[in-house]
Amino acid sequence: MKGRVALGNRVHILEFSLLLFAVSYAAGLVGALTGLGGGVVLVPALVLLFGVDIHYAMGASLISVIATSSGAAAAFVREGFTNLRIAMFLEMAAVVGAVAGALLATHLNASVIAVIFGGVLAFSSYFSLRRREGAEAHPASHPWALRLGLEGSYHSATGPRHYSVQHVPAGAALMGLAGALSGLLGIGAGAVKVLAMDQAMRLPYKVSTATSNFVIGITAAASAGVYFTRGYVDPGLTMPVMLGVLLGALSGARIMVGAKSRRLRLVFSIVILVLAAEMIYQGLTGGR
Amino acid sequence: MPRDAERIEAIIGKAMIATVLVAGFIVACGGIAYLIHHGTAAVHYGVFKGEPTDLRTLRGVLSDVLDASGRGIIQLGLVVLVAAQVMRVVLTMWLFAVEKDRAFVGVSALVLIVLLFSLLSGG
Repeated sequence: MKGRVALGNRVHILEFSLLLFAVSYAAGLVGALTGLGGGVVLVPALVLLFGVDIHYAMGASLISVIATSSGAAAAFVREGFTNLRIAMFLEMAAVVGAVAGALLATHLNASVIAVIFGGVLAFSSYFSLRRREGAEAHPASHPWALRLGLEGSYHSATGPRHYSVQHVPAGAALMGLAGALSGLLGIGAGAVKVLAMDQAMRLPYKVSTATSNFVIGITAAASAGVYFTRGYVDPGLTMPVMLGVLLGALSGARIMVGAKSRRLRLVFSIVILVLAAEMIYQGLTGGR
Repeated sequence: MPRDAERIEAIIGKAMIATVLVAGFIVACGGIAYLIHHGTAAVHYGVFKGEPTDLRTLRGVLSDVLDASGRGIIQLGLVVLVAAQVMRVVLTMWLFAVEKDRAFVGVSALVLIVLLFSLLSGG
């Protein structure tokens, strides 16, 4: 990169790893607090700040996404917000998308991936601000939802709450897209999953967050096969990133109890938007 | 929801946190070995060359682990993490089987097939 010396060219592996760990911890923490996940800022941070090639960055990010999803699963499943039927039904579309996306990534060069990444970042930034909390009462479920028994209930302060499930085909189509983006970019594509479950299927906030988390780990694992065999997963790079994001996400989940995070989300959205612009600029100019 | 299903849901949650801790521990051990041996070397991630063949396959990773290679041990931890996702699908399939929900045993089986196909063939 001209006009900017990437950090990676100046330091040794030990210092590089410690810095990566710190940045990844922060990404995991903020990702958990805002519900956007750490991957969305991790890849741009690795590429723009540390001068890491985007393929290696995607490999490290994808693994971190799996770790975060697994780490959060225990809490979510225990609290009973995860709807396993919806998760597995949508997972069918997501894993197919993930394999297709990962294979597509092997045919695209770094600049094209960077531009697509920037677009998805911009969308995530916009979308995270629009997300509303609090479920309203909804009309009858989509016929598929009734047929498949996708409706569910969860424990709330006022006793068990039943919820209906809308627009199942649209939800499944969006999950296929989320899977493809996950495989193509090495991220969880949380924003698109939220679009599928919040906006299309109209699930309550907590149910869609927990169910999305469950889906993400399995989806990312479906891309991991391709990433490993194509040599995207570098152990030296992934080690500090995976450990940092995981610990950050676990601390974030602890802080989060009951905390509303509207302002934090706004700040994070602006950061993401800036990263989006940088990624697109770098993709178009080839970083030169 | 039947008691059995709730019990299995709890098992899924515990199994996921257990495997992520085991994977994290293996990665941390490998990381220490890696940093002790290579901590002062130069960083080389600016240009994509792809990993050497031994770090791309399970057999290669296992043979690196036997050589006590830090990079191999880290990679083993990452493989454990990915394998845990297969376990998650299998456990969920078990839950549906206990609930005698044939349709969703089938749905889970399809997910499992795609996942295993991707992991074993590497696309």
